Amino acid sequence: MTPELLIGSVTLFILSIFLGFELITKVPSMLHTPLMSGANAISGISVVGALYGANVAFEGGSTSLSGLLAFLAIVLAMINVIGGFAVTNRMLNMIAGKNKKKED
Amino acid sequence: MEFGEWISIGYLISACLFILGLKKLGHPRTAPSGNKLGSMGMLVAVLTTVTDMYLEGGAEWTLIISGILVGSTIGYIMAVKVEMTGMPELVALFNGFGGAASALVALSESWKYIENPELSLPTGLGLEVLMIAAGLSALVGWMTLTGSILAMYKLKGGVEIFGKWFRTPTWGPSYLNYIKILLIGLVIVLIYLSISDPRNEDILYSIIAVSSILGIILVLPIGGADMPVVVSLLNSLSGIAAAFTGFIIGNSVLIVAGSLVGASGLILTFIMCKAMNRTLPDVLFKSFGGSEKVSLTRTKVGSDAEEVAMMVDGAQKVIIVPGYGMAVSQCQHQVKEFADLLQDRFDTEVKYAIHPVAGRMPGHMNVLLAEANIPYDQLIDMEDINSEFPECDMAVVIGANDTCNPAARTGEGPLAGMPIIDADKARTVVIIKRSLSVGYAGVDNDLFYEDKTMMLFGDGKKMMNELNAAIKEL
Repeated sequence: MTPELLIGSVTLFILSIFLGFELITKVPSMLHTPLMSGANAISGISVVGALYGANVAFEGGSTSLSGLLAFLAIVLAMINVIGGFAVTNRMLNMIAGKNKKKED
Repeated sequence: MEFGEWISIGYLISACLFILGLKKLGHPRTAPSGNKLGSMGMLVAVLTTVTDMYLEGGAEWTLIISGILVGSTIGYIMAVKVEMTGMPELVALFNGFGGAASALVALSESWKYIENPELSLPTGLGLEVLMIAAGLSALVGWMTLTGSILAMYKLKGGVEIFGKWFRTPTWGPSYLNYIKILLIGLVIVLIYLSISDPRNEDILYSIIAVSSILGIILVLPIGGADMPVVVSLLNSLSGIAAAFTGFIIGNSVLIVAGSLVGASGLILTFIMCKAMNRTLPDVLFKSFGGSEKVSLTRTKVGSDAEEVAMMVDGAQKVIIVPGYGMAVSQCQHQVKEFADLLQDRFDTEVKYAIHPVAGRMPGHMNVLLAEANIPYDQLIDMEDINSEFPECDMAVVIGANDTCNPAARTGEGPLAGMPIIDADKARTVVIIKRSLSVGYAGVDNDLFYEDKTMMLFGDGKKMMNELNAAIKEL
């Protein structure tokens, strides 16, 4: 880790926070829960970190504890990701799907 | 330059998809495509990672593939199986899993150095960044997990152990706030200690334990109706945890996506607070729900379903005001039946008034009523429908209290300034509620005692069934 790399990461962090503040302005109340759930699915991005951590070999039929912890992290993150997007989709289909039918 | 060095471009694409997805999720028309863009971003991120590992010298597929398959299957089954009434709890649980995943990645990274003494630690700045990021990721991640699980049980109202039902407690003396600050300070000290002693297991365990306790005492004092705000805050925290994890492994997409979710989640939390006329510090540190409640001195004689059925006959316009009670008793199908009966038999115009914070989560009523196949164009937001109450013959309030309490207009008390549904302006008001007890805000509701108000005391589903039966007998 060099200072340049750290500053680059911190820059990314701070700018993304500002961007996040600007992205969400006026949201109709019926979309609050789907938005929360969709954003929550995105926070399952830690699956990327878990994948790197779980990239370890089995030696003599067993693997390291850190590898198993990362495996558990993949499972939880994937539940978060797939479950989150799927349940958001279900909610939106109920809310927005009816909306579309009306317009037709 | 080799192909492998360009692979990180995938993370840029993925980050852009997340940004567009979040943006589109905020508008009704584009929300479904926003959700799809977000999931595509996730797919790109995972594919990029796997390709990167493959090019970097071969990936060990066993753990990776099985982890992805197991997690995806469980997540998909949970999402498809859940009843829409239990959806807020599921969102809270998923959120906890997200936080736990980030914390586990941090733990896995730290554990690598503990179980391999020959593995050399980074030095200087590298070590400091690693330990601080791992510590913060653990703090936020474990806190999110325990807090979300408690929030889930609070949304459920209780937990069943060996067939016995235990109510989720709400407990929060004011000194608990000092303990929270103390514990956060303790974690910071522990993180500081871990920099000079990175291979110390005890420090690791202590951070996990203290963070888990913090999550519990953060959510414990908060009353049931504030739970959406807390879940939204925890969602924001799980994003921040992912961003800290990004610092540990030096990965840009984790930092960008994590902080995006953290910031937009915080904004959403503020929007939710505003709709309830509360501030975030009030929600978090002043637990006013469930502690002291006004003792009731007035009484009101209840009506019965036949009486109400006779009043409904002849009503030209009926507005239904659903609330928390409808969600609890899950009577949305009975409500739909009621509306259909009115339309078929008496040619009555039926609309639904949706308060922005009615139910357990914003938008909860929309989802529940949509599940019962109620046409979307009959669900009207509060601001638009309030002007229609004066010409409405009957307002039917189902399990709502604070959201139509005229005390909010007086400018005094906990409800002061909260926008309400003008149900009291209708010619007659029918309120289906279990008792006269005060709502979450602990304020007595004058609407119950007005002459034009008819109270149907009972569970929402039971009373709606009786009402529907009475209408059929007319």
